[in-house]
Amino acid sequence: MSSWPILSVVTFLPLLGALFIFAIRGDDEIARRNTRWVAMWTTLITFVLSLLIWINFDAGTAEFQFQDRSEWLGGKITYHMGVDGISMLFVILTTFLMPACILASWHIDVRVKEYMIAFLVLETLMIGVFCALDLVLFYLFFEGGLIPMFLIIGVWGGARRVYASFKFFLYTLLGSVLMLLAIMAMYIDAGTTHIPTLLAHKFPEGWQTWLFLAFFASFAVKMPMWPVHTWLPDAHVEAPTAGSVILAAILLKMGGYGFLRFSLPMFPIATDFFAPMIFALSIIAIIYTSLVALMQEDMKKLIAYSSVAHMGFVTMGIFALNAQGIQGGIFQMLSHGIVSAALFLCVGVVYDRIHTREIAAYGGLVNRMPLYAFTFMIFTLANVGLPGTSGFVGEFLAMVGVFKVNTWVAFLAATGVILSAGYALWLYRRVVFGALEKDSLKAITDMTPREVVVLGPLVVLTILFGVYPAPILDITAASVDNLIADYEAALAAFEASKLASAF
Amino acid sequence: MQSAFSTNDAITALPEILLACGAMAFLMLGVFRKGDSNALITWLSVSLLVAAGIIILLAGDGRVTAFEGGFVTDGFSSFMKLLTLAGSAITIIMSIHFMRAERIERFEYPILVVLATLGMLMMISANDMISLYMGLELQSLALYVVAALNRDSVRSSEAGLKYFVLGALSSGMLLYGCSLVYGFTGATGFEQIATAVQADSDNIGLLFGLVFIIAGLAFKVSAVPFHMWTPDVYEGAPTPVTAFFAAAPKVAAMAMFIRVVVSAFEGITPDWQQILVFVSIASMVLGAFAAIGQNNIKRLLAYSSIGHMGFALVGLASGTEEGVRGVIIYLSIYLVMTLGTFACVLAMRRRGGTVEDISDLAGLARNNPMMAFILAMLMFSLAGIPPLAGFFAKFYVFLAAIHAELYPLAIIGVLASVVGAYYYVRIVKIMYFDEPEEAFEPMPGEIKLVIGLSGAFVLLFFVYPGPLVTAAGAAAKSLF
Repeated sequence: MSSWPILSVVTFLPLLGALFIFAIRGDDEIARRNTRWVAMWTTLITFVLSLLIWINFDAGTAEFQFQDRSEWLGGKITYHMGVDGISMLFVILTTFLMPACILASWHIDVRVKEYMIAFLVLETLMIGVFCALDLVLFYLFFEGGLIPMFLIIGVWGGARRVYASFKFFLYTLLGSVLMLLAIMAMYIDAGTTHIPTLLAHKFPEGWQTWLFLAFFASFAVKMPMWPVHTWLPDAHVEAPTAGSVILAAILLKMGGYGFLRFSLPMFPIATDFFAPMIFALSIIAIIYTSLVALMQEDMKKLIAYSSVAHMGFVTMGIFALNAQGIQGGIFQMLSHGIVSAALFLCVGVVYDRIHTREIAAYGGLVNRMPLYAFTFMIFTLANVGLPGTSGFVGEFLAMVGVFKVNTWVAFLAATGVILSAGYALWLYRRVVFGALEKDSLKAITDMTPREVVVLGPLVVLTILFGVYPAPILDITAASVDNLIADYEAALAAFEASKLASAF
Repeated sequence: MQSAFSTNDAITALPEILLACGAMAFLMLGVFRKGDSNALITWLSVSLLVAAGIIILLAGDGRVTAFEGGFVTDGFSSFMKLLTLAGSAITIIMSIHFMRAERIERFEYPILVVLATLGMLMMISANDMISLYMGLELQSLALYVVAALNRDSVRSSEAGLKYFVLGALSSGMLLYGCSLVYGFTGATGFEQIATAVQADSDNIGLLFGLVFIIAGLAFKVSAVPFHMWTPDVYEGAPTPVTAFFAAAPKVAAMAMFIRVVVSAFEGITPDWQQILVFVSIASMVLGAFAAIGQNNIKRLLAYSSIGHMGFALVGLASGTEEGVRGVIIYLSIYLVMTLGTFACVLAMRRRGGTVEDISDLAGLARNNPMMAFILAMLMFSLAGIPPLAGFFAKFYVFLAAIHAELYPLAIIGVLASVVGAYYYVRIVKIMYFDEPEEAFEPMPGEIKLVIGLSGAFVLLFFVYPGPLVTAAGAAAKSLF
């Protein structure tokens, strides 16, 4: 294990880049180019550094690694960073997608400095969420992300950006403040906000229900689960391409990560109690939002609804509470992080050319853009969950996990897979296949080298993890097994005490 | 009783005596010196306030009573006095340019601020109903006059008059409460009242007195349902005066509030707790909803300050040392945020005049990115979004409320903060998303400095929050 605080460095390096951009004077073409390159290099260096975390990571233990702790708020609230098998890959996912986002935003011309600063600050906050080992610190990163994201949607967004940014901001804030109260209650009960200590702390049974619900309010909105998903389509549609990518790939994962890090291990009794409700909501999300996605006329909106459906698989898998289910949930989150990011980037490619996201405005792109058609095909199939793509592994594991618990839930979830094939392939047919009839498309050009560089690595990863998912599953295995063992022990102890008090 | 006035008394009340003598001397100076003495008196007043602050810093934090127990200094009073002095000094500095530009520069203004500050220091140190009332009236009278400072403006005169009439009413209620308490306990000193309350805690007359006193105090901190004067006075008074109203007097009044309920009425904590829970909820909710429809930034900030007093009262409502610590942290951070925000409002000048509409901020992010950025951070901070300072303010008061098991209060409070976030974020939206208007005039150096410092505080507070939390903890401890 390295002796220098690698997690803190990776977390705050983007902030340093943001400060650097802040210092760039002027607003001419040179300043803008410098800004872009600073952002690019910062995110690249951050990514390379974060790979060191992966290389030095010890997959054999469920302990938190690369820990880094110092005094902060006084008392029992400290600055504490660390990663385990559950969180480490999300850090990598974040640092991996950021250079792609910067590159995909190369053409942004208005307020470039502010744009890049917002993204770099957002990167710091997102990495911080996955590394924080103190509840208050976690909340700080979790909520802080609202500010840059609000500005990204509102300043660089589409026509209804103001509505979308407010909806995003207020929805998420509403969910989170209840979690804040729960954090305070936990601090008072346990005397600390140190996550590893809290993981071992037994909260009283009566409290668990309320604490679970408060955390659920926050994570369900972030996830987003039906029926609090309505902010997502608006935010996605109005956000600039890179904003949608970050939103879909990283911010949504914070909800699932939160369930795994807090809800399951800290409130096992409540988790057991509420699991059927989560199943019900997940099934509704999978089937209902898939049907809604079928009827969308806006490409981004369709992908946004498909995100909600895929997140339904994640919650379902997580609350199956067995190794396959949780592994599947995590894998699905990572895979969706890559695939949905890629889909939004694909939409961005044609949007930059035609400036509309109406599905009806396209058709027959394959004739002029063969490379684009190929790329889009890969990600569409991954979105459907075709075996051989990363989308399959997560969905399959999640369904296997839930099948062990409740066959009906698994059955209904499987219909969602069929529906997802319906909307995704239909979208692909309408956009890419058919005759090239529209005049506006006659002169459209294929992907530029820059776009190939952005999407190429994502294609490789989608296929790679579809064929060979072991690297991811190996890393998460120890932590997931430990999570389940603790969960079952806590539940058994509770049953025993209930039995004892019955006599 | 040998002598009415001992050396010990003089030393304990040295900062107050200094301010009183200084204010009178400057008044003479202003009257007798021909010509322009404004700048001189302004800077003399600021240095006087700074000198008083240094004396308080040097005096140490031990509990000392003087004037037969009517006056007390302890860690709590030192902390609050320093906050008050800082607030007053900074608002005087902030007003220099404005007063000159609006041609309402008068040498009485800084002197009145010093006198009001003297009243505030008395309020903070009052340990007896009589000295409390003395401090309160000195402060209020000075404030009535500065509210009407721009005597050629109808709005300013109206503000002063409204403030005076309602303020007199509230002073009346406070006095009535004091006399009831005196009638049923036979004492005016807080310690004696505390002893009497302990002995006879079910006394209905005493409760009536407590209710009247709290009504009077709630008026001074502009908590609902005694908030009606705030929007009108804030809107009508000249902007630097509004900044002054929103900062130092709030801190002092809240400090007085804390000391009265905690040290005099500790024996009937559940009784005043009920009232405070109601007042706090009402203030937070009204502050959040009423501000949504405002278009004048000063009126908006008036409702915002009502809301913030509600949040600060959440800490006091929990009635614990932890709660008082929360209030102290809240007030410290609130003071900085308020001064920074009003400095931005003062910088809103076009073609030699002030503009006060929120829509005048449109597109500020293009005209003056730095000011827009800091004002945006201040707004997010006022809304309580982490990692900005305002989040920590709310964190500590709600922590105390949860600890005191006031769950409904905490839940309503955080929900109100979400509603409140809407109008703060609306200002950010106007600055960042809307098309630019004409640029503001370049701002003077001192305003720039205040904006810069408050922005730095709000942004960087999370890096090293320890000292403030520790100091507030020590200050709260000295009360219990």
